[in-house]
Amino acid sequence: MTRERLLDVDELDVSFVTEGGLVHAVDRVSFHLARGEVLAIVGESGSGKSVSVMTLLGLTRAPNARFGGRAFLRRPGGDVDLVGAKDSVLRRIRGNEIAMIFQDPMTSLNPVHRVGDQIVEQILAHEDVLEAEARERAIGLLDRVGVPRARDRIGSYPHEFSGGMRQRVMIAMALSCDPDVLIADEPTTALDVTIQAQILERVRELKEGRNAGVILVTHDLGVVAELADRIAVMYSGRIVETGTLDQVFYDPQHPYTWGLLGSITRLDLPRPERLPAISGAPPSLASRPQGCHFRPRCPHEFEKCPEDPPLEARVDARSEHCDRCWLSPDEKRRKRQVTPNQIGLEAKGAVA
Amino acid sequence: MSAGNGAAPLVQVEHLKHYFPIKSGLLVDRTVGNVHAVDDVTFELGEGETLGLVGESGCGKTTLARTIMRLLEPTDGTIRFGGDDISSASQRALRPVRREMQLVFQDPFASLNPRKRVGQIIGAPLKLHGRDGDVGGRVRELLERVGLAPEHASRYPHEFSGGQRQRIGVARALALEPRLILLDEPVSALDVSVQAQIINLLDDLQDDFGLAYLFVAHDLSVVRHVSDRIAVMYLGKIVELAPADELYTKPIMPYTDALLGAIPIPDPKRNRERERIVLEGEPPNPIDPPSGCRFHPRCPRATEVCARVEPPLTEYANGHLAACHHPLNVSAEELAAATKSPASPLSAGDELPQPS
Amino acid sequence: MARFIVRRLIQMVLVMFSVSVLTFLIFNVIPNGDPAVRMAGKQPTETQIQAIREEWGFDEPLHVQYLTTMEKVFTGDLVSYTTQLDVVDQIVQGIPRTLSLAVGAAILWMLFAVALGLYSAMKAGRFADRFLTVLALIGISMPVFWLGALMNYYLGFKAGIFPNGGYVELTEDPIDWAYHLVMPWVALSVLFIGIYSRVLRSNVLDTMNEDYVRTARAKGLSERRILVRHVLRNSLIPIVTLWGLDFGLVVGGGAILTETVFDLEGVGQFAADAIGQLDVPPVLAITMFVAFFVVLLNAIVDILYAVLDPRVRLQ
Repeated sequence: MTRERLLDVDELDVSFVTEGGLVHAVDRVSFHLARGEVLAIVGESGSGKSVSVMTLLGLTRAPNARFGGRAFLRRPGGDVDLVGAKDSVLRRIRGNEIAMIFQDPMTSLNPVHRVGDQIVEQILAHEDVLEAEARERAIGLLDRVGVPRARDRIGSYPHEFSGGMRQRVMIAMALSCDPDVLIADEPTTALDVTIQAQILERVRELKEGRNAGVILVTHDLGVVAELADRIAVMYSGRIVETGTLDQVFYDPQHPYTWGLLGSITRLDLPRPERLPAISGAPPSLASRPQGCHFRPRCPHEFEKCPEDPPLEARVDARSEHCDRCWLSPDEKRRKRQVTPNQIGLEAKGAVA
Repeated sequence: MSAGNGAAPLVQVEHLKHYFPIKSGLLVDRTVGNVHAVDDVTFELGEGETLGLVGESGCGKTTLARTIMRLLEPTDGTIRFGGDDISSASQRALRPVRREMQLVFQDPFASLNPRKRVGQIIGAPLKLHGRDGDVGGRVRELLERVGLAPEHASRYPHEFSGGQRQRIGVARALALEPRLILLDEPVSALDVSVQAQIINLLDDLQDDFGLAYLFVAHDLSVVRHVSDRIAVMYLGKIVELAPADELYTKPIMPYTDALLGAIPIPDPKRNRERERIVLEGEPPNPIDPPSGCRFHPRCPRATEVCARVEPPLTEYANGHLAACHHPLNVSAEELAAATKSPASPLSAGDELPQPS
Repeated sequence: MARFIVRRLIQMVLVMFSVSVLTFLIFNVIPNGDPAVRMAGKQPTETQIQAIREEWGFDEPLHVQYLTTMEKVFTGDLVSYTTQLDVVDQIVQGIPRTLSLAVGAAILWMLFAVALGLYSAMKAGRFADRFLTVLALIGISMPVFWLGALMNYYLGFKAGIFPNGGYVELTEDPIDWAYHLVMPWVALSVLFIGIYSRVLRSNVLDTMNEDYVRTARAKGLSERRILVRHVLRNSLIPIVTLWGLDFGLVVGGGAILTETVFDLEGVGQFAADAIGQLDVPPVLAITMFVAFFVVLLNAIVDILYAVLDPRVRLQ
């Protein structure tokens, strides 16, 4: 079942020098992506998930940014390290081999240019075709993502579309040059739930049809359950757990993952008396606790925690299921049972 | 439609409408059309009860909340608060009412004045209503109530996280000891783990103070936890109203069913097994709504009568209301026992759904 | 569109009317403004003054005077109190000079403002930006008459690099025409360059942080294309509309100080002279002329805005 590798991110590290100190946004993060699979990167604000994926495209480059580690784009013509690549090299990859969809479709499209022009612009930047041909392709793309009357709408402006339609335009634009990797940063957060369902359908069709790899950045575990093959859970700049969808959902190893899974309200289960919540708030990006970053909020903290836990496969050394918690797998399984107001995985059945 | 426990309803809304006029004209602006934002809504809310108001963008839920608070003027219909008709009351007559009705906003970053200290923000309603007494003491008490420390009164909003700011907003709403708090998407801008904390807080406060909540949200999963009853809105009308648990286990109106079906279950196996229809298309134009049942162009069960006649709000067992000619999840006996609810819009037909 | 034009025409009529009434009233309230006395020359007798009053209708009630004067404005029969020359003719003679100044300066200031503002934004926070900020502030602070007079004196009179004021017809000698206008153009532009470059800098900095610029970069477009088609294109919209309004003002004769210092004898200088002599007819005519242009350009600017920003068209 070895699929062709598209991306290999190795100890990616991103910091920003600010007036308030050094902000360590991404702390030695490693992951990989293969063709035809969806990797979900899950986390809340401050987890570093958006900065990680934007760094792959060089969108976080700034005078006050400091980078470490490597991110290899694997291709037949020769691998490229995206972290250190020159701007001219990155420019050819952006929108071409790696494409990105952003969160807010209202502000992510230029309001003064027609939608068709914005798609054509991308095609012409990478491929040597005539404008007329690029235009035809744009119409075909809009049609394929479900924009009705594509031939007419291609001359419309972004504000003339609804939110859901705008996001489809963004998807069409991202697919215009047939990318190998599609990065979707919270693509449905700003949309209504019925529209979200439509967009997720499209993304699923994409994954099945095109054999591209998709990185889905989100905080919504429902969306992850819909689409993902593998998950990486990020907290405070680090990956705290990673594995296949079933592994992370049904055998979560890290207390933060328990908290995430536990604090979501489940429509298909009876109501709990009280919503299990993770106490406290994520640490500030400029000052983090020594050792495991989750310590201040974890009720299961013990003596080993001040030592930095490495990301390792503890359940089964041969599997891909890794986590950053010193507790042994048995201890984890025991502590994972839910009681009101404590972190845990919501077990089947209501809580007394 | 009643609150179910015999108590007099705190809020009664009857056939309430709010239209936004669209003006055009050569020299003088004439009204050429209307956006039917809220189009004949009727419901009641009892003391200490929580009514969840859900729907997607453009359904009118925020406009409805604002009209009830008289931040917008009703185009038609009545609003009663504590038995008094406040639909056309003057601003002065509304002052005592405003003390009892408070609002918590969606955006924790925009709803607090960045130039004022937290203590001033929470104390402002007290000063406005002449409760000068021991403002400082009351502010400290409120801060503790919402899970913050008394020292926080001297800090500025930007020093707090989103969740903490929302707590400040709640403290501000509690200052005057209101009977009703309207919450407009109070947790949607917060991280998932913080949402749970705020919801638990709201739950506790309701128990302690006997508050009634009108909870507006687009997220059905969040609303479920706090609500006693939930109303689903579509294009300006209430299409279903049910006790909270029943809405999720027994949705009657196909739109509610589609809405529930659209929410992904954070459980991969169950998600895979689940069978559901993905609703295509977008909610249509509120300026020119479809005839008959407004949902019929997107409804998989629509028939000819749905395009012609607006379905009345039919009352089923347990106070469960739904406006649909071809309801889901109801047995033949239930259909026979159903009656037309007085909450039904005046423009709706009289015919109740028949067993098919 | 019809609605827009009708409304603007009504607005124009109202503005011009109000302006003319106000101007007229102001002059009748100013002390020492009795035109009959001034026209009578040195040591006039009461009879002489009275005779002038009757001849010119100064003894009529105010509103009648106003109406008569306005009638003259529209029939082209307006005559100056002091020079006895036809006002409209004089204005018409001054127009090409004012236009030469206005158009040249407007183009100059736009080019420089865009270039400097853009450069400042790109080097935001660094030395070049701070230096240009100081320069812009100096430009804004220097009164145009002071700068103009200095330039005229040092570069014109003393060093002889440029002519010492005056105007040459374009049709007569284009090169000499431009040569005479270089200093006025620079003097007038300096203020506007200062202001506009700051506004553009601020717009560009805001635009560069917009999400759609990030999208453009993620699409793999060249930095140049991003700068021009996405950043500049959007940042310029408010600038273009501001420019339209200032241009209208200058064309209408608002560059009074510049014209006077350099002795260009355009509409502005004409106005300055007339004001100095409390000569009502030219001032009245010119203020209406300016009002007309400002309203016209205001309308053009609104149309331009809708052309440049499609979101505005919905209204």
